[in-house]
Amino acid sequence: MQTEKTEYVDFAVTARKYKTLLTKKYINRKPWVDPNPYEIQSIIPGTIISIFVEEGDVVNEGAPLLVLEAMKMLNRIEMPFTARIKKINVELGVRIPKETIMIELEAVDNE
Amino acid sequence: MSLKKNIIALRQKKAIVEKGGGDKAIEKQVAMGKMTARDRILALLDVDSFHEYDLFVEHEERNFGMESKVLAGDGVITGTGTMNGASICIYAQDFTVMGGSLGLKHARKITKIMDHALKMKVPCIGINDSGGARIQEGIGALAGYGEIFYRNTMSSGVIPQISVILGPCAGGAVYSPALTDFVFVVENISKMFITGPNVIETVLGEKISQEDLGGARVHAEITGNAHFFALNEMECFEQIKELVSLIPHSNLKKAVSVEPKEPNFKKNIGDIIPSDPKQPYDVRDIIHALADDSKFLEVHELWAANIVIGFGRLNGETIGFVANQPMYLAGVLDCDASDKAARFIRYCDAFNIPIVTLEDMPGYLPGVDQEHAGVIRHGAKMLYAYSEATVPKITVILRKAYGGGYIAMNSRHLGADFMLAWPGAEIAVMGPEGAANIIFRKEIMEAEDEDAMRQQKVLEYIEKFANPYVAASKGYIDAVIEPSETRELLLHALEVSKNKDDYRPAKKHGIPPF
Repeated sequence: MQTEKTEYVDFAVTARKYKTLLTKKYINRKPWVDPNPYEIQSIIPGTIISIFVEEGDVVNEGAPLLVLEAMKMLNRIEMPFTARIKKINVELGVRIPKETIMIELEAVDNE
Repeated sequence: MSLKKNIIALRQKKAIVEKGGGDKAIEKQVAMGKMTARDRILALLDVDSFHEYDLFVEHEERNFGMESKVLAGDGVITGTGTMNGASICIYAQDFTVMGGSLGLKHARKITKIMDHALKMKVPCIGINDSGGARIQEGIGALAGYGEIFYRNTMSSGVIPQISVILGPCAGGAVYSPALTDFVFVVENISKMFITGPNVIETVLGEKISQEDLGGARVHAEITGNAHFFALNEMECFEQIKELVSLIPHSNLKKAVSVEPKEPNFKKNIGDIIPSDPKQPYDVRDIIHALADDSKFLEVHELWAANIVIGFGRLNGETIGFVANQPMYLAGVLDCDASDKAARFIRYCDAFNIPIVTLEDMPGYLPGVDQEHAGVIRHGAKMLYAYSEATVPKITVILRKAYGGGYIAMNSRHLGADFMLAWPGAEIAVMGPEGAANIIFRKEIMEAEDEDAMRQQKVLEYIEKFANPYVAASKGYIDAVIEPSETRELLLHALEVSKNKDDYRPAKKHGIPPF
C-alpha cells in the first residue's frame, strides 16, 4: 500500500486542496452523469425476448417497448413519455449488459 | 479381546479417519498450494495441544447413493487446544473429504464446538475450505448453515470469533465469516462470493474470474469483508496468533497485559507532521511513536485506507487505535471509513478495550457517489459507536478537526473522557478558506481586489479561529499539550480510567444505523 511520494495529487475537500494519495476504489468510482431521458437503458443485464416497436413509430406513454428477461423474470419495459422511436440498438435473443442504451427516443413536434 | 488389542484397534480406526479424503485427495490439496485441514490446525495451535472431538461422526444421508459413502469425520475437524497457552476452540473444514461440503452432521460438529466455546468463554476459530452445501443432503445442509449463523450471532460480543478463509467459501457459507469478528484471507487461496462466476455468467452474461470476483485482494481492498490479508498460510497463522495475543478471550475479561516497553520509533514524534495542513504524512508513524515497543497490528490495512484502525499496547495494556490517515484521500471520512471505524469501535467496546482516537481530518468526502452511497447513514454509524461506547475514550487532535468530522471523531460532545490537542490543532467549523468565503462574502465581493481581500480574510480567520484555544476556552478540550508529552498523558489518562463506570439507559438493544 505504500506508494512513492511523487504520486501525491491535489485533492479538494471544500475550498482547500490537500496533497494525498488516492485509493483504488476512489479512482475507479463512477462519475455522475446526468440521465438522458431520451435514452432507454437496461437497469439489469438480461436477454431481449420481444420488441414491440419499430424505428420511426410514435409511441404513447405507458405502451410496451420490449421485454427484457433477467433473473428468470420477464421485465416489460414501457415508454416513459410519448415520443418517437429514433433508434433501436438491440436485437431479439441478444444478451445485453447493464446500462446498455436499448432504445433512443426523440421528441415529437406538436403538430 | 484384551485391552491392548482394543487400543490397537482404536489406533487403526483413528489413523484411517485422520487421513481425511485419503492420499490422492491430499496430494491434490497440496498441489493447489494448500495445507491439509489437520496441518492447519496443528500449525495454528501450540505444539501437542490439539484434542479432537467427534472424529467418528458419520453422515446419515440415505439418498442419491450417499448411503454407501463413508466421509471421514464428515468433512470437518473440530476440537480444542491452546494458542500462546490459552484455550481455544477450533474447527477446520477438510476439502479432501467430498470438497469439504457441508451436510447436517458436518454442521452439527461445528455448532457443537461453537456451543462449547460460548459456554467455556474461549475464542472460536473457524477455518473455511468448502465447496459449499452438500447438495445431496438438501434442506439438511441449509438447516446446518442456519444453525451456525444463529450461534455466530449468539456468541457475537461474548467471545472472539475468527474466520480463516483457506479455500472456496461460497453461497450461504460466506455468512458465517461475515458474522464473525475478524476474517483472514490468503492470496490466491481464499475465494468468497454469494454466487460464483458460473452462475453470474449464465444468468447475467457477465464474465469474471473467481479471483477478480471474490479473491483475497478483492475482499481485503474493495469490499472490506476481510480484515487481514496474507501472502501465504503460514503468514496468515502468524497474524492470527498475534491478534489472539492482543484481544481479551471473552467480554468478561481484559486482554492479557505484558511487560511495558518504551516505543523505539526512529523519528521524534513532534517532527512527523508537516506544519502545512495541506501536506500529508503517515499517521501510523504517530501510532508507532506512541505505542509500547512501537508495535501496531493494523486491522483492515488495505480497505478504506483513509482511516487507520488496529491494536497496540500502552503500558502493557491492549488499546484500540482509530486514526485519520492524511496520506490517503486527505484522511476524509467517507462511507467505507465510517463503516470500518464504527465496527472497530463497537468491537473494542464489547471487549473492554480502551480507545485512543488520533484526529487529523478535513471533513466528510463530498461527491454524488458518496451521497448516493448513503454517507449520511454510514457516517452516522461512527457517531453511534462512539456515543454508545463505555470503555475509556481518549482523543488527541493532531492537526485538523473540522466540521462534522470533529464531532464524529470521539469529540467531548459524544462522551470522550479525555480531549487533548496539539498546539498546531485547528478546531473549527470548516477549513479557513471555506469559512472566510462564507463569513466575509460581502467584503470579498465588494473589494477592489477580491483575491487580496479573500487572502486577508482567510489569514484573519486562521489567526482567530484555526487553533485549539477557542475549543479549549469552552472546555471542549481538556488540555493543549506538546507532542512529546502525548504518550505520558495517554498512560496517565488510562491509569485514571482504570475503574471507569459509565451508565447507559436500560434497553434490550439500540438501533444503530446499519
